[in-house]
Amino acid sequence: MRVTFHRLTAAAALVLAVTACSATPQAQDSNGGTIVVATAGEPDTLNPVLNYGVDGASLIFDGLVARDGRNELTPALAAALPDVSADGRTVTVKLRDGVVFHDGTPFTSADVVFTYRAVLDPKVDSTLRSDLDMLDAVEAPDASTVVFRLRYAYAPFLQRLTLGIVPATALQGQDINKSGFNRKPIGTGPYQVESWTAGDRLVLTANDRYFAGKPANRRVVVAFVADDNIRAQRTRAGEFDAAELAPKLAAGLGTVTGFTVHKVPTADYRGVMLPFGNPVTGDLAVRKALNTGVDRKAMVDGVLGGAGEPAYSPIPPTSAFADATVTGKPGADTATATGLLDAVGWVPGADGIRVKGGQKAAFTIMYPASDSLRKELALAVTADAKKLGIQVTPEGLTWDAITPRMKTDALVMGWGSPYDPDFVSYKLFGSKFAGEGYFNLGLYKSAETDKALQDGRDQADPAKRKDAYSRFQRQLAADVPWVFLTYLQHTYVVRSTVKGVQPRVEAHEHDVANSLWWNLHTWTKG
Amino acid sequence: MSARRTVGRRLLVAVPVLAATSMGMFALGAASPYDPAEQYAGAAAFTATDENLAQLRANWGVDDPLPVQYWRWITNLVQGDLGWSITRHEPVTSVIAARAGWTLLLVGAALALVLVASLLLGTVAAYRRGGWLDRGLRAAAYAVEAMPVFWLALAAITVFALVLGWFPAGGLTDIAADGVHAGDVAHHLILPITVLAVSQAPWFLLFVRDSVADSLRDDHVLAARGRGLPGRTVLFGHALRTALLPFLTLIGTHLPELVGGAVLVETVFSLPGLGAVTVQAALGSDFPLLAAITLVTTAVVLTANLLTDLAYTAADPRVRLDG
Repeated sequence: MRVTFHRLTAAAALVLAVTACSATPQAQDSNGGTIVVATAGEPDTLNPVLNYGVDGASLIFDGLVARDGRNELTPALAAALPDVSADGRTVTVKLRDGVVFHDGTPFTSADVVFTYRAVLDPKVDSTLRSDLDMLDAVEAPDASTVVFRLRYAYAPFLQRLTLGIVPATALQGQDINKSGFNRKPIGTGPYQVESWTAGDRLVLTANDRYFAGKPANRRVVVAFVADDNIRAQRTRAGEFDAAELAPKLAAGLGTVTGFTVHKVPTADYRGVMLPFGNPVTGDLAVRKALNTGVDRKAMVDGVLGGAGEPAYSPIPPTSAFADATVTGKPGADTATATGLLDAVGWVPGADGIRVKGGQKAAFTIMYPASDSLRKELALAVTADAKKLGIQVTPEGLTWDAITPRMKTDALVMGWGSPYDPDFVSYKLFGSKFAGEGYFNLGLYKSAETDKALQDGRDQADPAKRKDAYSRFQRQLAADVPWVFLTYLQHTYVVRSTVKGVQPRVEAHEHDVANSLWWNLHTWTKG
Repeated sequence: MSARRTVGRRLLVAVPVLAATSMGMFALGAASPYDPAEQYAGAAAFTATDENLAQLRANWGVDDPLPVQYWRWITNLVQGDLGWSITRHEPVTSVIAARAGWTLLLVGAALALVLVASLLLGTVAAYRRGGWLDRGLRAAAYAVEAMPVFWLALAAITVFALVLGWFPAGGLTDIAADGVHAGDVAHHLILPITVLAVSQAPWFLLFVRDSVADSLRDDHVLAARGRGLPGRTVLFGHALRTALLPFLTLIGTHLPELVGGAVLVETVFSLPGLGAVTVQAALGSDFPLLAAITLVTTAVVLTANLLTDLAYTAADPRVRLDG
């Protein structure tokens, strides 16, 4: 699929001998039935039980439910959206008829039960167990019905049913951790796996028996190219139909004819976690001053190359749960910020750094040294804080060095899920998770926040949930346990002849699954 | 006779060397601050509960005392089981089997290219000492010595893949190819092999040039010339032959650097060799895989040293191997 003029140049340069003897085999040159996409994110395994494409759109598997272009739940392997009992603790799913796996075995309730039981099995090395804490049992009263029994009512439970279903017959009696299935899986999705060469590519072929209709293209190649610059160069050389690129590299290709740049909004935020155990960041005035005094607009323009938007809350503006009153000025409001500090007695010392009661307004912001984006954000915050008379020392470290200091030193972090406000925030800001794992690192404790988060997951009524998350966002804005800085946009470069691209709000996690190509089976190439 | 004894003796020495290397690997693993469960979970480590991660560690037995883990590894090794790679989700043997061939091909072809080119060009440069070829080659060699190999690789991609379009910018086969075909692979490997060879060539080239230049002044070469033998015979038959001996040592000592360069070249050209998995294994605290790769590399270096020494005895009758 190399562009013709490359051939011509080669001929003109009299290297025909080299190219001719190698006789590059190029499949499907004529009909364009192959779509090639490139990403840095290579999955470790292709088994949903072991964390592959758990949020759906995995190309190979289907969940009981899927998400459409607006991230709304739609039935997939379920015949209709599941039925939740009045007490919220029993979820009944009627399954779609006539679905078969890639190997021809019919899909039944036994496969669903097997999949969820495998996740819950302590012998299986699955990290999804942490997300399915509420799941007590899963049963199959008949071949086309599945019943989930929950330990407690959990409003967003249906969002957890996007997990891809694996065929019980292919995995029964095996050690799932070491099964060959993990590298050559069998699903019900639009594509079946032809081959996976780790570090190079995943080759998929169309599943003509796909329940939602034949895929529009015969073959898909996902190329794994870890390095941003190399991925950009290979895109420029015409190897890929779509590729994810860093914003600045994507902008460079946007000027090349034949490519279109897509900036896709995400729920993926970056911010500074301010620990309550530090005498400076533990002071509300300092946290509020930082929140008002940082220049989010400059970060979006400078650090993100325009591919982002200011963040004021962990619930993205694209979410139905976003509270429009929780917002701020995109630029730095230095005057208000210094006023907040003056009012409580943080006065500038001889060196310009503020002091209060013998305590100097100085603290450290850590960031993972290998993450250049977080480094640049840490430097931007450092510069903005200096204008307020607060001395920040940015420190790039490895996670093992960061972990023991998380309770007392600030940290540039990132997370976010577009699907439900409960998903990340419940653990990140809930007081009962203070100090556990990577959850509530700053030891933030607020009874109001806890109540709002708990109401958000207990209440099934959407209006009550919206109210709960409004309270949550307003309380966070009042307490400022984090200074939220920016939401990222994922940038992709797509060949202009490709039709059917439909960007939707993306999560932090995106690779083969859940990227711009979530609906790849409907893409066509002119 | 003596050669056979040498091989036997070296094999005996190899056993404690390999054992010490693997023990070193495990000791380093124990000292590593990384938690393999967190590395395995990746981004999910941030949403996984402590209990969930502890269960994973228990499943793998990575919290067992070091001697227990080492003993388990050794007993499995003796039975031919190199263990399970946590980062690749595959048996270690299949990770290595699928990838070692490509690395070996890359290193082997680059080494062959380096040897032929440096012997030929070095000898000619020495013969025409101070000429334009000599000066040009030396200048180029010093310049290349100063260039990091990944930089050379990126420059080569820019020139030969993007501007000229002669070669693909990366990968092992055409991205839409329906299988692995020799011609396709060759077309994809020309650029990486050449880059790796060019990055390593200066040391060899300068070495050959200097030692041939020296031996051109040796008594036996002067004598050969005095007897009126033709220039080419003297150059390749006498001068180069003398210069070859220390060259063998250079190859032996330079091999690890070549392998190191291959890791970088594989990364830049997105080749599915051992390079990328080694980095991944190190970052992911995947000790079964790291230990196996270390063992294989140590074995290759030991073998290369042995072959160098044997070649030495064959080339120079004055050298007697120990014993």
